Amino acid sequence: MLSLVTFLPLAGVLAIIIAARNNANTARYIALIVSLATFVLSLRLLFNFDTSTAAFQFMEESTWLPAFGITYRMGVDGISLPFVLLTTFLTPLCILASWESVQKMVKEYMIAFLALESFVIGVFCALDFILFYILWEAMLIPMFLLIGVWGGPNRVYAALKFFLYTLAGSVLMLIAIIVLKNTGGTFSIPDLMNAPLDFNLQVWLFLGFFISFAVKVPMWPFHTWLPDAHVEAPTGGSVILAGILLKMGAYGFLRFSIPMLPDASRYFVPLIFGLSLVGIVYTALVALMQKDLKKLIAYSSVSHMGFVTIGLFSFNQQGLEGGILQMINHGIVAGGLFLLVGVIYDRMHTREIAKFGGVVNVMPVYAVIFMLFTMAAVGLPGTNGFVGEFLILLGAFLANKAVAVVASTGLVLGAAYMLWLYKKVFFGIIHSEEVQALKDMNKRELAIFAPLIILIFWIGFYPGPFLEIMHTSVEQLLTQSHTIKAGTNAVAMY
Amino acid sequence: MSRELLIIVAPLIGSMIAGLFGRYIGKVMARNVTILGMTVSAVLAIIVFMEIAVGDAPEIRQEIFSWIVAGDFKVHFGILIDRITATMLIVVSGISTLIHIYSIGYMEEDPHQARFFSYLSFFTFAMLMLVTGDNFLQLFFGWEGVGLASYLLIGFWYQKESACNAAMKAFLVNRVGDFGFALGIFAIYMIFGTLDYAEVFQMAGTAQYPKTIDFIIFGASDTITVITLLLFIGAMGKSAQFLLHTWLPDAMEGPTPVSALIHAATMVTAGVFMVCRTSPLFELSETSLTVVTLVGATTALFAATVGLVQNDIKRVIAYSTCSQLGYMFFAAGVSAYSAAMFHLMTHAFFKALLFLSAGAVIHAMHHEQDMRKMGGLWKKIPITYAVMMIGTLALTGFPYLAGFFSKDAILEAAYASHTSVGMFAWVMGMTAAVLTSFYSFRLVFMTFHGKPRDQHAYDHAKEAPWSIRFPLLVLAFGAIFAGMLGAPMVHGDWFKEAIVLAPGHDAMANAHHVAMWVKWLPFGAFLIGVALAWVLYIKVTTLPKILAETYVGIYKFLLNAWYFDKLYDKLFVRPAKAIGMGFWQTGDVTIIDGYGVNGIVATCGRIAQWFKGIQTGYVYHYAFAMIIGLLVLVTVYS
Repeated sequence: MLSLVTFLPLAGVLAIIIAARNNANTARYIALIVSLATFVLSLRLLFNFDTSTAAFQFMEESTWLPAFGITYRMGVDGISLPFVLLTTFLTPLCILASWESVQKMVKEYMIAFLALESFVIGVFCALDFILFYILWEAMLIPMFLLIGVWGGPNRVYAALKFFLYTLAGSVLMLIAIIVLKNTGGTFSIPDLMNAPLDFNLQVWLFLGFFISFAVKVPMWPFHTWLPDAHVEAPTGGSVILAGILLKMGAYGFLRFSIPMLPDASRYFVPLIFGLSLVGIVYTALVALMQKDLKKLIAYSSVSHMGFVTIGLFSFNQQGLEGGILQMINHGIVAGGLFLLVGVIYDRMHTREIAKFGGVVNVMPVYAVIFMLFTMAAVGLPGTNGFVGEFLILLGAFLANKAVAVVASTGLVLGAAYMLWLYKKVFFGIIHSEEVQALKDMNKRELAIFAPLIILIFWIGFYPGPFLEIMHTSVEQLLTQSHTIKAGTNAVAMY
Repeated sequence: MSRELLIIVAPLIGSMIAGLFGRYIGKVMARNVTILGMTVSAVLAIIVFMEIAVGDAPEIRQEIFSWIVAGDFKVHFGILIDRITATMLIVVSGISTLIHIYSIGYMEEDPHQARFFSYLSFFTFAMLMLVTGDNFLQLFFGWEGVGLASYLLIGFWYQKESACNAAMKAFLVNRVGDFGFALGIFAIYMIFGTLDYAEVFQMAGTAQYPKTIDFIIFGASDTITVITLLLFIGAMGKSAQFLLHTWLPDAMEGPTPVSALIHAATMVTAGVFMVCRTSPLFELSETSLTVVTLVGATTALFAATVGLVQNDIKRVIAYSTCSQLGYMFFAAGVSAYSAAMFHLMTHAFFKALLFLSAGAVIHAMHHEQDMRKMGGLWKKIPITYAVMMIGTLALTGFPYLAGFFSKDAILEAAYASHTSVGMFAWVMGMTAAVLTSFYSFRLVFMTFHGKPRDQHAYDHAKEAPWSIRFPLLVLAFGAIFAGMLGAPMVHGDWFKEAIVLAPGHDAMANAHHVAMWVKWLPFGAFLIGVALAWVLYIKVTTLPKILAETYVGIYKFLLNAWYFDKLYDKLFVRPAKAIGMGFWQTGDVTIIDGYGVNGIVATCGRIAQWFKGIQTGYVYHYAFAMIIGLLVLVTVYS
């Protein structure tokens, strides 16, 4: 079942290679159908998911490279399932969004996209470290190509920066994985969660993982690849980047750092809080000064992800659930915002904020939808952004009041840059002929946003079902995070 | 769907239909739908009010559905209607309905009416959520919801740069308040483990909570003081109190019906409502009550001084609102919550009336708001003049009109509190009463009396259509009688358990027994104000100019509202931009990318260059290196 969900997109890749030849439309339809089928299949996972247990479900195991102790092992729990669903949900939307905007090498574009989907789902399902690592790295390749081939004018620089940044982080993770194998005796992720580890070793391992995950999240000061990558990436690439790839870093913290290295995780809470707070305020202020639509949203992503990491390391139910929920929310909202930027970019071929103004006059529907996403981004109650942000800040307040106070300034700053953006783009009078000639959104574009809007309100008013999925797993994670793995003498160190 | 739920939801349904389908059903249909929704809501609200506030029905509690559940954290949407809420319900639904009707005429020529009515109804929905909530998070839901509605409506004429800026400013200043408010909610949850009013108040009343909380740099502080002060920051933002007041005058960029509904009668009073609602908490902290009193009293006087010299008709009324909200807060601060609620109610009537009459004047003057271009209008628009006069008299406390009862109750309570802050508030309030009377009559005299200053506009001025006149007349009726009808509110414990008073906090009870001169002093203040205004704006009309030129410093200081905008611009806006720019260009581009990322790349490049230099390709270079290596090895291992 899991393998089917994971590798169905790869099958789609084959189908495109065989069937599409040089026909762009065939490639588009195959990609859309395959990604929709993957989404439907992943919904079956959701419906068959047992929320009462924290154990991994839909487990699949088969020997792969027994000589090295490497097993093909897949499974999901309440923490990874939401991310699998987010991936399968966003991919068809991205493909729809790329329908007309991608005109060169359509076939290859769709292949890269489906391959990306497959690898990302695999990352969230993998329960063997080597399998995880391979997929984690493999996913870089299609993303690298998406930015480097279909990107904007400065795409090569951005693609290389993205690739090397993340690769450099991953190297340390690989070392950490090998050390873990040598001490724990296995690559199995569930088994390693219970393996006792010396405190000093935990610290080193934590740092090894930390660099890799911090780059992905991205946490300040490892964030500078993100604005470049976003600005240059095509719309679909930006959505996946913001919506899913950033979540992989935080997922890493949840899946590895906290349960496997609980003592070190608690020890490094000040570091995480510190960097997150700097990130929230710093990038929010930087976002305030941006002149490029995508860059502004990219910086806002860094700021929002700062909230997420604070939530995760609050080590209480509210913070953790808020953090995970906020990642989903961010996928929906930032993903949606990038899609929205794509809509206007397709028409005007510019992302410079100063070139717009008065857009509401010619694109009223677009303006309303943009306002909705803006409000979700600033966390207005009734939207999904509020629920996540509120739980995170509540969790942070329970953990450390000063952190909650500083983080809450993000509420004001976040509103400042988003409203400033909105005002500059939409309000005022039209001062250019290009804006005057803009056409409002067509049916295909509306179809992309409809599901996102439904989710914004659904999670905003009734987040119960979404939180329900993760409750049990988060509770277990919480227990794990409070476990003392290193023995009593090591605990005395802090 | 219960009747109570329908009160809240009916405006939402209207709003959705008008907003989503406005372009298909047309503007007439759109506004009829929203007015229908509002009427349903208002009628039901009156029925509920009759049962609970006039009759003696018990308070209503309903749970609608559970909202957020995470761990022990559980919050639902629910309804709580006691006498405080019932009072708010008729104020909100009633005045909103009238303002919907008024807008038919006022917005007649606007092409975006469907959007306008949709926003207005949405606002009403959010405000109703705010007042009917039975827990702090739902309060916050409504709190931010009305903030959004306010933002959308201030910026309704989005073609105007100034309107867009005002809208942003309103949202952001409110967010600063909400920042405190949210922290207050976190603290409540941390201490009480719930956000439900009933549970929180019950625990607070029986002292089942840790007495101190370690609050960051403040160290161990009194729990309730921390909570209530944080909540009060929210109230300061929403109710435009001193320091967080700067958005309210700018909010006048919105259409006048909006100013009347949101920025006078309802939304800005949400802070006062919140303080009254949480009286069981505020009562437990003398510090917080003192702060509330001081901020309220300061605002009352500050805003009144600024109102003295404004020339924009709406701005005068805006500062007046700010000032009156100050009265309500210091009433709450001296534990006279019932007086605060009473004044909230009467103020809603006469201030909405004032704004709407000002709107009628503006309408008649073809969107002219500068009073210096008006004058002598009473002949042209006598009905507007009459209702405006009623509103002014009600505001300034003319005997037996609305303000006479409620404002006097506040001043008497402040006097009767027998505390130094109470006396401070009384002095400030009394001074502000003189100023209120002065600026209100200045407005009336400048607008309606004297000679027309713009003959062309004067000639074309004409009385507004029925849809504008009807709400004016209803509100005028309210401005006359609301005080008399509502007077029982301040007697005994009319609000029942909704308002809790700590032992010894008996300002309200003592207020009825103050000396006669205290009771009549506000009327004296009224007379002084009228007399001064008459001298300056009717008798010796050259005098204001002479005064302004003589005391140019003071005049400028007041005209610029104590330079708060400039101060905040220097203190917050510019630094934020400069720091943002610095972080971006220096932090990201130069340091992290320049030295960090690209620096590493460049270093790698240099090292590679160097290594490349070694690989010359000449055999004798390599041979030489081998010999050296061999020598080293032999030396080391021999």
